[in-house]
Amino acid sequence: MATQTPVTEVLDLTVEKAPQRRWLEVLHDWVTTVDHKKIGLMYIGYALFFLVVAGFEALLMRVQLAVPNNHFVSPQVFNRLFTMHGTTMVFFVGMPILFGFGNYLIPLMIGARDMAFPRLNAFSFWISAFGGLLLYFSYFGGSGLYGAGSAPDVGWFAYAPLTAQVFSPGHSTDYWTLSLLLTGIGTIGTSLNIVATAICMRCPGMKMSRLPLLVWLYLVTSCMVFVAVSPLTAAQIMLMLDRYLGSHFFDTQAGGSAVLWMHFFWIFGHPEVYILILPAFAFANEIIPVFSRKAIFGYPAMVAASVGIGFISLSVWAHHMFAVGMGPGANTFFVLATMAVSVPTGIKIFNWLATLWGGKIRFTVSMMFAVGFLFQFLIAGLTGIMLSVAPFDWQLTGSYFVVAHFHYVLVGAILFMLFSAFYYWYPKMSGRMLSETMGKWHFWLFLIGFHLTFDFMHVPGLLGMPRRIYTYEADRGWMIWNMVVSSGAIFQTIATLLFVYNMVWSYFKGEVAGADPWDAWTLEWSTTSPPATYNFAKIPSVASRRPLWDLKHPEDPDSHYETTEKPGGEERP
Amino acid sequence: MFACHGLYDLAVIVSTAFGDNPTNIFAPVGTPAHSVFGLSMLVLWITGAIFVLVAGILLYVLVRYRSRAADGVTEQEPPQIYGSNQIELAWTVIPILIVVMLFLATARVIYTTEHAPKPADALDVTVIGHQFWWEYSYPALGVVTANELHVPVSDPKHMLPTYLTMSSADTDHSFWVPRLAGKTDVIPNRVNTMWIDPQETGLYLGQCAQYCGVQHAKMLIRVYVDTPAAFDAWVAHQRQPAVEDSRVAEGRAVFEHNACISCHTIRGTVATGRFGPDLTHVASRDTIASGAVPNTAANIRSFVDNPENFKPGALMPPMHLDSHDLDAVTAYLTTLK
Amino acid sequence: MIEAAVIPNSPNEGWELPSRGVVGMVCLIAAEASIFIIFVVAYVFYIGKSVSGPTPKDVLTLPVFTTICLLSSSLTVHAAVSALRQSKRNLCSLWLAATVLLGGIFLAGTGREWYELIYHDGLTIQTNLFGTTFYSLVGLHATHVIVGLIMLMLALVFSLNGAMTHEHSEKLEVLSLYWHFVDAVWVVVFLVVYVLGR
Ligand code: HEA
Ligand code: HEA
Ligand code: HEC
Ligand code: CUA
Ligand SMILES: [Cu+2]
Repeated sequence: MATQTPVTEVLDLTVEKAPQRRWLEVLHDWVTTVDHKKIGLMYIGYALFFLVVAGFEALLMRVQLAVPNNHFVSPQVFNRLFTMHGTTMVFFVGMPILFGFGNYLIPLMIGARDMAFPRLNAFSFWISAFGGLLLYFSYFGGSGLYGAGSAPDVGWFAYAPLTAQVFSPGHSTDYWTLSLLLTGIGTIGTSLNIVATAICMRCPGMKMSRLPLLVWLYLVTSCMVFVAVSPLTAAQIMLMLDRYLGSHFFDTQAGGSAVLWMHFFWIFGHPEVYILILPAFAFANEIIPVFSRKAIFGYPAMVAASVGIGFISLSVWAHHMFAVGMGPGANTFFVLATMAVSVPTGIKIFNWLATLWGGKIRFTVSMMFAVGFLFQFLIAGLTGIMLSVAPFDWQLTGSYFVVAHFHYVLVGAILFMLFSAFYYWYPKMSGRMLSETMGKWHFWLFLIGFHLTFDFMHVPGLLGMPRRIYTYEADRGWMIWNMVVSSGAIFQTIATLLFVYNMVWSYFKGEVAGADPWDAWTLEWSTTSPPATYNFAKIPSVASRRPLWDLKHPEDPDSHYETTEKPGGEERP
Repeated sequence: MFACHGLYDLAVIVSTAFGDNPTNIFAPVGTPAHSVFGLSMLVLWITGAIFVLVAGILLYVLVRYRSRAADGVTEQEPPQIYGSNQIELAWTVIPILIVVMLFLATARVIYTTEHAPKPADALDVTVIGHQFWWEYSYPALGVVTANELHVPVSDPKHMLPTYLTMSSADTDHSFWVPRLAGKTDVIPNRVNTMWIDPQETGLYLGQCAQYCGVQHAKMLIRVYVDTPAAFDAWVAHQRQPAVEDSRVAEGRAVFEHNACISCHTIRGTVATGRFGPDLTHVASRDTIASGAVPNTAANIRSFVDNPENFKPGALMPPMHLDSHDLDAVTAYLTTLK
Repeated sequence: MIEAAVIPNSPNEGWELPSRGVVGMVCLIAAEASIFIIFVVAYVFYIGKSVSGPTPKDVLTLPVFTTICLLSSSLTVHAAVSALRQSKRNLCSLWLAATVLLGGIFLAGTGREWYELIYHDGLTIQTNLFGTTFYSLVGLHATHVIVGLIMLMLALVFSLNGAMTHEHSEKLEVLSLYWHFVDAVWVVVFLVVYVLGR
């Protein structure tokens, strides 16, 4: 794999031979670090830990649902499982892992030495991490004096008034709100940092129009965080006031409105899913071109589409509420807004296809996961369109079809793209390649498991199976489908374990990567793997979107092309 | 758990899996479900076509443009193409057209379903969702019942729709009988309406589709669609006060001297509670505990003894009756035809 | 080991980027504004929906004087920044002190209002929807005033003991941005709570 890169100038980076250090010192180093790379790695490690935890919760749910009238877990435990699974996956896997990659990559890609506010960065990480621990502490402290302890069981969107003191006594719901409030603050802090970094820390020559697409998409995601996560923070404050001070925001007995919470939650919740997917798009924007050996097709259109998705996604939230009885006017509005998202999203898909078109595609494991992403995101988007058709959604909402839709995006698209990103950037982060052999096993096992689980999950939804039920009657004919779905989870588990093993094994035994194993084009590949604390010995300066391409192809550099191009541009003569 | 009792079982399972599911959304029997079905077919065709096209291109590209270099050999880079405004425009405009079309079709169904004029002779039913059971009352007919909704069949020539006015006594619920109509959420402090007009008699199943607490899973719905004559007979029967039977006077006494009366109503007795299901005609129902189990004496006894027996988390407390009282009260309840 | 491809460093002349302090503050303001919007929406949504009294009409009076104080503190903080820009450190301290004073008056006014409401009109956060939304919205704003005041007081201290100089004018400007935002929010709160909601 490790093809030699043209070396223009060898740096005098005398890597000081680190003396053997005691583990306490190492720990102290990590805890007090403000280095964006270390913080990024901590985010990633933390997220991987929770991926295994929440995946394990999913596994338990699948055992319970494999056959009708099962008594593997009690209804109470089941309800806690899906609440914790959903909350953990979204807030403590999805968000931190994406911010982890962002933290690690953005300064490297724009030729900076660190984030704009390194200390804020550390603070944001630790407060998010504390939120996650708090959520799981609820297993011990959740019921307080009421019993041995329990996790929250209100579902990941915690509809009012189920969260009110009367329906959820004890402290489990308090842990839930508090933990989300804290991570919310961390998330806003990190996003602020990313925006400031992307705007104010660019190296000379890195105009906005030359910003790597990954950075652009993180910029859009982060801006969305300000307007999307804040409403959740506000709603959590209200819920806390309700629970602690006896106010009545969501107290239906005192005239409060249950629907208001739904609006507040989904004003956050819908943009949130795009906050999660945009970084996945960001990885695709870097990885697909490199393995197709072509520049990304339609850079300006890609940027515009991302910004478009960001804006439109702020006006579609109530498609989660088609059955709430908003009336035909509101329903039609949200149908149109929701369907409109498919236009910019389509532009992205088509641009990726056009990038592949005419390339010389290298099927590394990273690329295989990226292709899986493309294929699965297409399907997931199309089931999203089915859901956006409000009358169809009256049938589908709250059923397993919805669960299948969003796992198709969250697992089939985001998780696949994350795996792809791991295979792609692991060499940069660790200095060693991940084993491609194990990687192929990982890919195929996960692909099989994924399709077994989530393809067949659509069917019980169409056959009337609601979500969040701990068991079901045998006469409904859902069993066979649920069996298949559950069996897929086993493949996914094996694949995930293999992946974790691969990361550990490769760290010690993997092939040494070198600075630029993929023959790539963005700045992070111009420095050593792993990069030194200061990233770049000299701050680089760039003249195009693909600085390393320019270096490797002095006869035909992008810089020449981009400065003379008409916007949009044609094929180079 | 995973035990399988031979081939026979397997055959049964497979036939129910692909055969007629009681809750298949693609087997509509009423107007709302029908219009959703029609629309969904259109949507499935369109998205299916998009899928075939885009996935086809993807597959073609992957095969056609895969790198043919032997491992380790670096190939020449392919020509670099940066974009094309015409092409971008094309794949912006075409999806917009598709979206507009889909939107118009959708808007039509939304309005015909949600804005349908209500006929004067439509039947009105009030639906109250409770944590883990349903209360149905027919204000014009003076009937109150629980968990099993009876409605008359609607003749396509002479439509007789039933209008459901719904609210909740506690948390959010959602009323879903897939073969009759889509969902409508049942929300406290808010009144929603929906209508159904089933066109074939029979029993239609469904269940609560909004997470509402511990026993969300066993908040089942049963809708009995009767011929007009059968429906009238049912109404006439339900309007009667509870059956008096001196042979079970002891059971009645047990009932009246326990906390049962603070949660249950039995018309004609001192029991007027509203927290649990109306039991005036409980024996006339096919199931108890919101469809969780068949209505047999054994099941009633077991439920009254301790609801946790088959509905853990139900909001009826275990009544701690001794077995003599249990038998008596069970005997009493089974006479309440 | 070191085979890094290195981009030649040809410093671009005139490569200027926006101040990260300002960008960061703008982001923070965007996030805070969204929080306030949600609280305002809740307030407006619940106007007139309380199932019991007292109503806003019964108990609220227009806080005109304190509003004037708060709004004029925007001018004084602006003056403080300009003074620091021109290295007039004493003038800067003076204006900062004025800002702190005006903000303090505002806060005292709110405190008095709440005291009246709680002990004379019997309106608490638990009383009804009006109490719930009123105390949370006004309270959220007051919390921001407190945070702002603490920062301004710190700035004042630094300014008095000479630790704040011309180079810090950008930092003071960032702080003043926050303070302007707090004032702007008050305009909205005032309109919604005391004009629209009454
Ligand atoms: C990252 C996550 C993610 C993403 C990207 C999406 C993307 C989309 N989602 Fe999904 N969604 C979720 C995560 C996500 N969703 C989650 C978590 C839930 C449930 C939450 C819960 O209830 O717990 C949910 C629920 C959900 C609902 C509510 C269902 C319900 O509860 O009743 C709806 C309804 O409209 C919906 C629609 C869509 C649409 C239209 C898109 C679109 O963005 C898709 C656009 C993409 C395409 C359409 C494909 C590519 C386009 C083309 C090839 C162009 C040509 C196509 C056309 C012209 C149609 N989603
Ligand atoms: C990023 C988000 C994400 C991801 C990756 C997943 C991944 C998975 N999810 Fe999840 N899911 C959600 C987000 C996500 N989910 C959300 C938001 C909900 C809604 C919650 C709610 O309704 O409130 C939900 C709900 C949900 C349900 C519905 C519950 C219900 O409504 O009753 C189900 C049921 O099958 C399910 C299954 C799975 C499975 C099988 C996976 C698999 O892909 C997981 C694969 C991973 C692993 C299996 C990890 C590997 C495990 C190990 C390595 C540990 C092994 C250790 C031992 C065996 C000791 N999920
Ligand atoms: C605290 C309130 C409460 C008390 C006291 C109570 N019940 Fe119930 N009962 C309920 C509730 C709530 C349900 C519905 C449970 C469900 O389906 O989730 C119910 C259901 C039932 C049912 C099933 C009805 C149906 O149609 O599904 C029977 C029978 C019943 N109760 C009998 C009794 C008897 C007999 C007693 C007294 C010995 C009693 N209940 C005392 C609350 C109560
Ligand atoms: Cu009622 Cu779920
Ligand atoms: Cu959504």
